[in-house]
Amino acid sequence: MIEINNVSKQYGAFHVLTDCSTKVAKGEVVVVCGPSGSGKSTLIKTINGLEPINKGDIRVNGTSVCSPKTNLSQLRSKVGMVFQNFELFPHLSIIENLTIAQIKVLGRKRNEADDKGRTYLDRVGLKEQAAKYPAQLSGGQQQRAAIARALCMDPICMLFDEPTSALDPEMVNEVLDVMVQLAREGTTMMCVTHEMGFARKVADRVIFMDAGRIIEDTSKAEFFGNIEARTDRAKQFLSRILQH
Amino acid sequence: MFKNYSWDWGVFLQPVSTGEPTNYLGWLLAGFYNTVVLALSASLIAFAVGVVMGVLRTTPNRWLAALGTTYVGIFRNIPVIVQLFAWYFVLPELLPTSMGTWFKQLPASTQMMTSAVLCLGLYMGARVCELIRSGIETLPKGQRSAALALGLTLPQAYRYVLLPVAFRVAIPPLTSEMINVFKNSAVASTIGLLELSAQAQQLVDYTAHPYESFAAATAVYISINVIVVLIMRQVEVSVHLPGYIGGKS
Amino acid sequence: MIAIDLLSDITNSLPSLAAGMVTSLKITAIAVVFGIVWGAILAVMRLSSFRPFALFAQGYVMLLRSIPLIMVLLWFFLMVPQLIQNLFGVSPRTDIRLVSAMVAFSLFEAAYYSEIIRAGIQAVSRGQMSAANALGMPYLMAMRLIVLPQALRATVPALLTQGIVLFQDTSLVYVIGLADFFRSAKNIADRDGNTVEMILFAGSVYLIISLLASAGVQFLQRGGRYVKVG
Repeated sequence: MIEINNVSKQYGAFHVLTDCSTKVAKGEVVVVCGPSGSGKSTLIKTINGLEPINKGDIRVNGTSVCSPKTNLSQLRSKVGMVFQNFELFPHLSIIENLTIAQIKVLGRKRNEADDKGRTYLDRVGLKEQAAKYPAQLSGGQQQRAAIARALCMDPICMLFDEPTSALDPEMVNEVLDVMVQLAREGTTMMCVTHEMGFARKVADRVIFMDAGRIIEDTSKAEFFGNIEARTDRAKQFLSRILQH
Repeated sequence: MFKNYSWDWGVFLQPVSTGEPTNYLGWLLAGFYNTVVLALSASLIAFAVGVVMGVLRTTPNRWLAALGTTYVGIFRNIPVIVQLFAWYFVLPELLPTSMGTWFKQLPASTQMMTSAVLCLGLYMGARVCELIRSGIETLPKGQRSAALALGLTLPQAYRYVLLPVAFRVAIPPLTSEMINVFKNSAVASTIGLLELSAQAQQLVDYTAHPYESFAAATAVYISINVIVVLIMRQVEVSVHLPGYIGGKS
Repeated sequence: MIAIDLLSDITNSLPSLAAGMVTSLKITAIAVVFGIVWGAILAVMRLSSFRPFALFAQGYVMLLRSIPLIMVLLWFFLMVPQLIQNLFGVSPRTDIRLVSAMVAFSLFEAAYYSEIIRAGIQAVSRGQMSAANALGMPYLMAMRLIVLPQALRATVPALLTQGIVLFQDTSLVYVIGLADFFRSAKNIADRDGNTVEMILFAGSVYLIISLLASAGVQFLQRGGRYVKVG
């Protein structure tokens, strides 16, 4: 579904990503972890072309992201993305947030978009909040709405960029629950996150990144179960993060 | 638009048809000179008045603050051309008869220049006042307290602690105001002062080449803009406080 | 005594003064509307990654902010009749002053509005554009539906304040002889000889209108419902 081949990116002299390669198969859930500045957010943003790359190739469902012939708008409408800061549109109500891209990008009729929006709002537990504005919702509610917004586009895969990092601890679980549910339904997901509990529950594979490179790319069982076989850098990271 | 128009840039070097011993370029330069004198004189008044009023607006004394607020309220809410006419036509009438007569007997150009300088000075002063006020208000509140706690009187606190930093913060908007006063100087043409835009109009009337005249005047205004920006940038660099970006701590 | 004379003078001249005020307001309204539209376009051009657009917008704004408004009015008063002649082939018989003033003010104010709007656009978090892009919206659609609405809403006080400045600036049409409120007042002063009173009267009117308008803007600012997220 997603293929990342030898991707490199630099800002001037600073190498953000160096020779990263991995694949995500349909229905797989891949968690990307690593210290700050390791390039994991950048990597995930290259998948839908929000971050351009200098070298390498990225394919989503066979379509090359970097090729000038690709209609990026269409591609992005099929790849769902959830941001750390939710990024709901503050001047639109929740239901309008969910329908605007359906109408303007996918060309759906208003009532069709509206129905779909309400269905997904119900699925994430926000049916009552449809007419409210983002500022009136809690962080957890906003992020769930953001997930619903991405789902309304009927994406072929979902990308999550640290979806719970900006949330108060009490609200992290309500968002994780939605994500777990999605994973169990067979959604192809790639998540940048620090939530190792989530990884242990539903991830198929774990990728560990450091300083712009993919250091580890193994199955969940291997990553958490066989710590001895891991690289030193990964061991260091795991020992710190698993203490929580 | 320019189909039937014959451009002639040499028109500037032609001697003027009024018999004065100068050419049209000379007229433009005379206008430029008046513009510069007007703008710089007005700036001096504006800084003096503006700083005082800006300080007054930030003092704890209600009456002094109200004085500053009234000043700004009047001079920022009346169009500059109306203010200018008030200085030139109204003030001489409202002065005591002896002063009024004395003023009206001055050479016309002096009357015009004086009115224009006072008008632009106080007009710009109101804007400078607001800049200084903002500059002082962006300083952390503790600055004033710390100064007073050391035993400095309030005037001393302003002079040694608050104003020095407020000025630095205010340099970028002050640059805009300097540019504005040069532009606003054009309004003096309406009372007959022969500054740059008035001379450009003169050229249009005396030669048949309006486009060249206006183009030249426009070029001069743009150059003034560039020079002011460069000078103010130098000022900003020379008074820069290391590690203190724009007044925010 | 003076006050009673003044009052009767004004009442007699009310029609011309009112007509003048209408002209002032007409110019203000047209210039605000066209200024904001063209200013928004310029702001987007300025921020675009297509160099020619960015350079054009930058140059336009820099040029119009360097020249006095009086010169811009004179330029357009000079050029508009020629332009109309060349574009429509008709020699303008009607008074072209109002049209040239409206064109001049719109183009001039757009430069100032574009700077306000540009600051507003840059204040909208970049994540909003990313989120819109991630949903598949191309740049211009995202700009139009997501970024500009937020930018405009946030800059409404600044836009309105600029409108008040514009209203005061309309008095400069004096130099092209257009009968706005101030020119009308001055014409009456010249005709009736009560220059002092008329100038003070005109000044007071502008003062009151501007103060009320500013108070209105501040009131709007406090009652605004738009609240920032996050």
